[in-house]
This record gives sequence, C-alpha cells and structure tokens, in this order.
Amino acid sequence: MTRLSRFNVVSLTLGFAFLYIPMLILVIYSFNASKLVTVWAGFSTKWYGELLRNEQFLDAAWVTLRVAVISSTIATVLGTMAAYVLVRGGRFFGRTLFSGMIYAPLVMPEVITGLSLLLLFIGIGLDRGVLTIVLAHTTFSMCYVSVVVSSRLMSFDRSLEEAALDLGASPFDAFRLVTLPIIAPAVISGWLLAFTLSLDDLVIASFASGPSATTLPMKIWSSVRLGVSPEINALSSILIGLVTVGVISASLASKHASLRRQQETQAAARTT
Amino acid sequence: MRAAHFFWDASLNTPVFAPWADPDAKPLIRFQNVTKSFGDFTAIDDLTLDIFEREFFALLGPSGCGKTTMMRMLAGFEEPTQGRIELAGRDIAAVPPNKRAVNMMFQSYALFPHLSVWENIAFGLRREGKDKAAIAARVEDMLKLTRLQKFARRKPHQISGGQRQRVALARSLAKAPKLLLLDEPLGALDAKLREDTQFELMDIQEKTGTTFVIVTHDQEEAMTVASRIAVMDEGKIMQVDTPDRIYEVPNSVYVADFIGDVNILDGTLTANGENSFALHYAPDQAPITARSDRPFTDGQSAHLAIRPEKVAIHKEKPEGVDNLLSGEVLDIAYLGNLSTYHVRLPGGQVVKAQIANTRRLSRRDITWEDKVWISWTFTAGVLLDQ
Repeated sequence: MTRLSRFNVVSLTLGFAFLYIPMLILVIYSFNASKLVTVWAGFSTKWYGELLRNEQFLDAAWVTLRVAVISSTIATVLGTMAAYVLVRGGRFFGRTLFSGMIYAPLVMPEVITGLSLLLLFIGIGLDRGVLTIVLAHTTFSMCYVSVVVSSRLMSFDRSLEEAALDLGASPFDAFRLVTLPIIAPAVISGWLLAFTLSLDDLVIASFASGPSATTLPMKIWSSVRLGVSPEINALSSILIGLVTVGVISASLASKHASLRRQQETQAAARTT
Repeated sequence: MRAAHFFWDASLNTPVFAPWADPDAKPLIRFQNVTKSFGDFTAIDDLTLDIFEREFFALLGPSGCGKTTMMRMLAGFEEPTQGRIELAGRDIAAVPPNKRAVNMMFQSYALFPHLSVWENIAFGLRREGKDKAAIAARVEDMLKLTRLQKFARRKPHQISGGQRQRVALARSLAKAPKLLLLDEPLGALDAKLREDTQFELMDIQEKTGTTFVIVTHDQEEAMTVASRIAVMDEGKIMQVDTPDRIYEVPNSVYVADFIGDVNILDGTLTANGENSFALHYAPDQAPITARSDRPFTDGQSAHLAIRPEKVAIHKEKPEGVDNLLSGEVLDIAYLGNLSTYHVRLPGGQVVKAQIANTRRLSRRDITWEDKVWISWTFTAGVLLDQ
C-alpha cells in the first residue's frame, strides 16, 4: 500500500466531504425524533413508519417504479435496435445524419424536450397520465441506451456474426444467438441507465404527466415547497440505501466474474 | 475418389492426383472474369480460376493482394462487382452466406465466447434442424477427429490457443461442407505447433475428402499443405501450379522472388542451340548457358532465376561444369543446417550459394574475402522474360 502525502489526504477529504456531507446530513435527520428538520431531538425511526402509512407517497413510488421499468425496457429495445442499424447497417443513405440525430437528445435542454412532448400530446389529444410519462421517458432515455450499446458493438468482433451466418444462421438468428448474448452486459447497463434516468426525472415528467399520475420526484418536489418534512428525509434515505446496495453488489459481481475469467484463461494457457 | 482424376506418372511410378490436368474434369469452383472493387480500389482484377474437388488449394500473396477478398466472395460476405463465381456448376452470386454449402474457418477463429466447445461445434448442425441424437453423434465425431473430447464442456477462454484452433476447425467441418475455407488458420500459433498442425490439417483433409481453400501469406505453409498454389499480386493471379513447379519453374521474377530465396541475373539472350540460350549478363564475362523450353528471340532481355541451393561453391577451379563464374566472398550466413555464401561477381552482382552443413566442420575452408568459384548446370536456372 502506498502512503499518501499530506496534500493527498487533504484533497481526498475535501473532495469526498463535498460529495457526501449533504447526503449524510439527510440520512442523519431522517432519524430525528423532532418534526422540525433543523432541531435534533433524539433518535427515532418513526418517520419510516409514517412513510409506509402515507398513501400518497406509496402511490407516487408505485407510479415511478412502473414508469421506470416499462419506459427503460422499451427504450432498451428501441435503443439497441437503433445502435445495431447504425453500427452494422453499412454505409446507407443518411447514416451520418441519423447517427448525429440519435445523440442530439443527449444535449437537448430537458425543458425543451418536455415542452415539445407536451405540445405533441395535446396536439394528438392524448390524455396525460402514466402512458404519456412512459412515452416521454422512453423518448429521452432511448438515446442513452443507444450510446452505450453502440460503443460495445463497435468493439465487437464482426467475424463472430459472420461465423454464425456462415454456419447457416439467418441474420435474425445470428443476432439473437450470438450478438445479443455477447453484448448483453452493455444492454443491461443501458437498461439500468435508462431506469435510473427515469427514476429521478422531474422536469420531463412534470410536463408529460397529468392529474392522474404523479411520480415520486414530483411528489417530493411539491411537498418540499410546503416545507421539508422528516418523512421525505426517510424516503430519500431509503432511496440512497437502495442505490448503494445496488451499485456495490453490481461492482462486486463484475469484479468476481472478471477475476474468475482471468484465472481460467491463465490456467488454460498453462496446460497447452 | 474418382478414378478419372488419377494419372500414372512414369517418373514417380505412383498415381497422382491431378484433376486440373484432365480436360474433362468439372471444377468445383469456377471464377470467371471476376472483378471486385471497393470504391476506387480494385481488390480483384478480372480473375479467372478453377478449383477442383478434393483439392487443397492455397491462395498465397502479400497482404492486400486480394486473397482474403476472394475467400470472402466464396463465403458470401462480398459480392463480385463483375463476373461470375460458380460452385458445382451453379452461379452463387444470389445465394446468401447462410444458404451456401461452404464453411469458413476464421483467422480470429471467431469462436462464440458464451458457448461451450460442444455448443460451438453443434451451432451449425442445430441451424439445420437435425434431431438431437444425430447432432450429438456428429459433434462426438468432430471432437474425436480433432482430439478435443476432454474439452467438450469448456468455454473458449478456458482452452489454449492450439485447442481453440482445433475447435474452429471442428466447427467448420461439422456440417460436412463441399468446400472449407481457411483464412490464415495457423497465423496465431507458434512455429512448432504450426508445423504439427499443418500435418494434422492435411490428414483431416484426406480423411474427410473435403475441398480446402487456404489463404496464407506464409509460403512454407502453402508449400507444405497445398496440392496447388495460386500466387497473387495486386488482385491478379501470377501463377497457379503445384508447389514443386511453382518453386522450380516459376513463370515470372515476381513468383520466383516471392517463393523462397532466389538469385536473379539480368542480361540479353542469344540462341546457342536447340532450346538453349546464352545470357550475356556482363560485358567482359563469358555468357551463362541456360536451357529453356520457352522461346526467346535473339537480343531479347531476360532474367535468369537460380535458387541458391543449386549454386555450388568451390575453392579450387573445378573442371567440366556448365557455368563457371569467379568471385569474392562478401558475406556468410550460418543458419545451423545451412550456410549461405554471398559471392560478389566482378560486375558487382551478388550471387548467393547455399550449402548444407552435412558435416560438422565442412566448408570452413572458405571465409570472408576469399576468391572462390561458383558453378551450376545449364538446367539449374530458369529463364524469365518478365
């Protein structure tokens, strides 16, 4: 282990303090017994209990979860298809234009995406609710999936697909049996990215939703405007906990898999 | 094997497999005036070639000569810009790769990393919709043929390079294709393993009776495995012939120079007998006599190609040799089994003479800057006009 110099220790502390002190405060205050957010009145888990009895929050959470799962699934299918065509389709007419256009929503201000979607939904007379939020989230998260998947496809050995065709697989079978299983990790991370984006989106959801559907970020935002309640702290702490567990287990699993693979490859090389 | 393809070669006293010499033989593959361009670049230039059933045919050439493009056209990954490619008498231009009775062994092996060795080999068979028992039996046969039974359950990353190469071969042979294409199949193996594998490939080719077309830039590999070799350059075929004729009777300086080591002496010719010519290679030197079945006119400029191992080197002036030249030893390359002497002629040309080191201390009497004599017979070299 390398010993850190004093300068390094200071920078590390400062950086991480900047990143994590706000969250830490939030978690600590979620266990505050007092109703007042700024006054510490002893340890309590009552706000977690209150949260579970708050129908509005639970409804919003359920809406958010459904929207995230459905929209990220659709976005993954569409984004993967788009990436496949753009990377593998050869040099068809307008390809450069299309690949530029698929990335444009990444840099588009959310307000504009939201507003244009709102105008579209009004224009075609679609009632705003869960469906419109799903459509809106699919629209903006699809391009993220497409970016992730196409970068994997670019580094993908083309001869694997050719080998599948050569062995008699139809182009669709070659995709289903060879390409998809190999790019699966990228597709899954694309899905996770789309899922997270959908979970924490406030702006676009506000434009696309109607009175019948409220997502959790929208709910939190509107209740904070009436004053921060310890319930929201509890809710946020739960979210932080979920994300932490998810990230840590994912990185452990992938580290373990790559370590095992490396050992097996070395073992194979030794037995030549 | 079809008997019509066998000739009795009087000099060897054995039947020889030579369908290309039989005017009635039907080729398995026929390239007819095939051209392939990528934009401005012409990869294959008006190429015509026949490959026969059961041949082990090698496409040999430097990188960028178009050999891989030819193979990819056979597999169906590229379409010819012009011309026709026939497989067993049928134009295959419109047949997609997955419908061709042709399989390919890829240079990178292209093994499916998520499937086991067994599943890799079964992949093609499953696409045919055969029943499970038939697939299992065929996979077992292939595993046995390539000696991979122990590794059936492993994934490609769990086996060594040589084993991966055998999996790729087994997978491409599993469907019993009419034609097997091998794209630099041994490129990733080290020298020792490559040599073993070459013989293994020949063995498997004989056992299965499949037609093999191999692409390689390694001339030794082509010489070892192939029944015929096509030497290519810039999208054209320079010569198609058996390995021994490619080596002994090249048709151009390019082919002579590409295969093995060669000395080239330039000069002008005069006829000095029936099928015999004198090559004037330096103004104040006696001409070299060489035999040629090909006609040349007097005064025509030509090149004599002669292999270093056909040039003898002497310390004392020998008697009764066809061509005798004097020179000075410029360099000696000791390769263990062979020694190559670079001899500078008075005119400045350098001729390489190669001697097998059959005895431990043989030829140690010749050293740098020695005056030596070199000689060869009048049939040893080949006269070339281009």
